[in-house]
This record gives sequence, structure tokens and C-alpha cells, in this order.
Amino acid sequence: MRKQANRGNLPALLFLFLLLILWQLGAMKINAAYILPTPTQILQKLWELREPLFTVHLPATMTVTGIGLLISIGLGLFLATAMDFSPLLQKCLYPVVVASQTIPTTAIAPLFVLWFGYTIWSKVLVTILITFFPITITVYDGFRAAKVEMGELLQTYGATRWDIFVKIKIPCALPYFFSAVKMAIPMSIIGAAIGEWLGSQSGLGYFSRRMMTQLDGAGVFAPIVLLSAAAMLIVALVGIVENKVVKWRGES
Amino acid sequence: MSLLQFERVSYQYDSEDYNIIDELSFSVKPGAFHAIIGVSKRKKSTIFRLINGLLTPKVGEIQVGGRTIAGQKNYCGYMPQKDMLFPWRTVGENLALPLEIKGGFSKAERREMVRSALADVGLFGCEEKRPEELSGGMRQRAAFARTMLTGSELLLLDEPFSALDFLTRISMQEWLLMQHQKHKKTILFITHDVEEAIFLSDSVLAVTSTPSRTLSEIKVPAEHPRTRECLTRPEMVMLREKLIDMLRKQVMS
Repeated sequence: MRKQANRGNLPALLFLFLLLILWQLGAMKINAAYILPTPTQILQKLWELREPLFTVHLPATMTVTGIGLLISIGLGLFLATAMDFSPLLQKCLYPVVVASQTIPTTAIAPLFVLWFGYTIWSKVLVTILITFFPITITVYDGFRAAKVEMGELLQTYGATRWDIFVKIKIPCALPYFFSAVKMAIPMSIIGAAIGEWLGSQSGLGYFSRRMMTQLDGAGVFAPIVLLSAAAMLIVALVGIVENKVVKWRGES
Repeated sequence: MSLLQFERVSYQYDSEDYNIIDELSFSVKPGAFHAIIGVSKRKKSTIFRLINGLLTPKVGEIQVGGRTIAGQKNYCGYMPQKDMLFPWRTVGENLALPLEIKGGFSKAERREMVRSALADVGLFGCEEKRPEELSGGMRQRAAFARTMLTGSELLLLDEPFSALDFLTRISMQEWLLMQHQKHKKTILFITHDVEEAIFLSDSVLAVTSTPSRTLSEIKVPAEHPRTRECLTRPEMVMLREKLIDMLRKQVMS
């Protein structure tokens, strides 16, 4: 199974490798590292800057991402449950939740810096604003995916609403929940990076911006590579947990 | 003494301006096996949903065991058309559902009851399997075992075999007759298949499309235990044709 999955990734890896070679050749031809550094220059930079990147800026960004994501998951689950519980709450909340996504977060994020200063909370707020939406909506859809007949069968056994919620709704929503979290992880990292761009004293977003002011192309890219790698790693970890918990996806 | 009693029961769906069930009265004796046939699938299902409490009569009263069903629990076991085995539970965990909801059993007691219920339907040792590992017939037997675990005297089976292929269906019919012989439960069995109806039941209850205050009961002239050969007897062939004729007239009227 595992072996097969690796073999399935092979074409993608080869293609990625090909793209990197093209990039390398192209960048070498342009020969302007402050605009377009080569992948090898980026790797080299990553190695040179490993000390500040890994001990200061990566932990800073991950802290923001982690806190933001946890609050988003909590908030998203709460809102989804509330909407599933009461049609009235659903009518009140759903449009507001959707409307919240039309706010251009990057535009109002500077306000958050005014509110919270350079603390992590301005960045956490950006992260939450970006990620609570997919979690709320997807988990809510998951609750609704529970078939009415399933609940009715339990009702004939004398089940309460709570029984139905625990024994049907939660299992039905679990695959949706994991999809939502996997979607939210890269978004939360982007959110944290945006927050750091706008006002911060540490973090990979802040670091990338600082390198920009120094016209250090490779220095701009190095933290970005790190951000992507972190997102992929966390998504993969969540995928492993998901496979342990959800054994029935695709069959219902 | 009847196990199930309808007393002038009426029901009307909110979206409609007529009674789908209108002052219906009928009764079912303990241990009986009735097939319910009729053109309107919806009317048959409504009767089942009134019995299992998913719908409440607008007028009239339904009694099970001499008491009104309002406020009663676990007085009937309902088996829907789809097996409704939850894919996130093992077969054993699915069977334990009615016991979990009823409450009052320890985990070990539940496991023991599930084990013997599975063995009883010929699925010994399947409790750790996932539902998707079972064939269609096995899934229906598991769903039947789950219905038995409600512990109710009255079983409502809603076209349980209609989604199975022909050969599986006839062996499930024979199997159900054996289960009925063994457990002596009272069974109401909705079907659209006239042959299935007369093969299984003591008598057929026909739900007519014309307004009627009762279900017409047609006795099946065959004794238990039976085999499929009884379907070739002249009186059974005649009954089958009579019922088919009756249903066709209903479609046309």
C-alpha cells in the first residue's frame, strides 16, 4: 500500500525536478540573483542562515500558526455545531460567516497591529480570520451529510438528539473535519506570514520582507521554502492521523 | 388479544390537504406474519412510520401490547429497506447500537448478546469485520440481527430484500421463514413482490388506494414450514393471480 503510494508520487517528483532544473538554467542565464535566485543559491542561503531561521523565525511563525489554527478549529467546530443544532442560529450565522470572507484581510490587518501592537495576537487574528471559514463551513456540511434515515433508525431505538449527534453526526463529519484542517494548515501559515509582513519583529514572513529591503533574492526565497516545507510536513502528519481515525472514507 | 391495534387512525402530511391514512382500524395477532402489499409505497411506509413512532397520528390511537404507543419505548423493531449498517462501526458495533441506546447493559453483556445474535443469523465470528466486507445477503442478515436485538416482539420489515439479486433474495426468504419459526416474533413485512408476499406470510394485508377504513386481509392457503414448492400449488397460483389482478385494477383506477 505504502509502496504503491510512493510509486504514485514518482511522476510528480520527476516533474518537479524537471521544473527545478529549468529554473536553475533560466536563473543562471538571467544572472540577477536579487530578482531571481537559482534553487541552489536558495539552498545555500538556507544553510547559511540556518541559525536565525530555525531558532528564532521558524518557531515564531509556527507559534502564531499553531495558536491561530487551534482557535480556528475551536471556533469553527463551535459555530458548525451551533448551526447544526438550531435552524434559527443557522439563519443568523451562515450569511455572517460567508460575509466575513469578503473582508480583504490584508487590507485591514494593519489595523490589528494598531489594536494589538507587535504582539503575536495581531498575527493570530489574521490567521483566524483566514482559516475559521473553511473549517466552519466544511464541518457544517459534514454534519449535514449524515443521512436523515440513519437518525430515524436510531430514533426508533429511542435515541435522543444527543445520541444521534454523537453516534451519527460526529462520525459523518470526521472525514470533512480532516479535509478542513488539511485545507486550513497552508492557509494559516499564509495568514501568519501576512501578519508578519505587516508588522512584526520576528517570524519567517518578517524575515523574508527584511531580506527584500536588502535586495537579497535568495534571502527572500529561503524562508518561503521553509514555510512551504513546514506546511507540507504538517499536512502529511494530519494525513497520518486521519488514516488512523477514519477508516471508512469513500464508502457510505 | 391482539399485539398491534389501530383504532380509527388518521394521518395527514402538512404539505397535503387530504388524509393519506383515513380512520384506519386493523389488528394483528401475536406471532402472525403479515405481508403488506399495495400500490402506494408511500401509504405503506406511512403505516410503518406511524407504528414505529416517527409519525404521530392526528386522530385515533395505536396500541401495542394493549397499551398506547405514546410514551412506550422499544415496543417494535424497525428494519428499513437499506441495511443502514454504519461504515464507521464494525459489524459487532453496529449490532450493539440498539443496546447502547436502550442502556443498562455492561460492555461485556453487550458483546455477549451481539455474539450470539450474529451466530443466530449465521454470521458467527463476524463482529470485528467492517460492513463493506460483507455481501448483500450477509448485510441484510446483520441488519436483521440488529433488529432482533431491540428485543421487541413486533418486527417491521420494510422491503428488506428488494435490493438483493434474485437467488440471494429467495434464499433470504427461506431463511426469514426459519427465523420466524424459531423466534415466533410478530412480523409485518412490506413488499411490492406478490410472490414474496404469499410465500412468506400467513395472510396478506392489502392497502387499497380507494379510501377504506381497514386493510383487507387475504389468508394464504399454505401451512408452515413451507418450501418454495408450495408456490406451484393451484390454490397458491390462483391467489397470486388474484392479488396481481387486484393491484393492477388499483393502478388503473
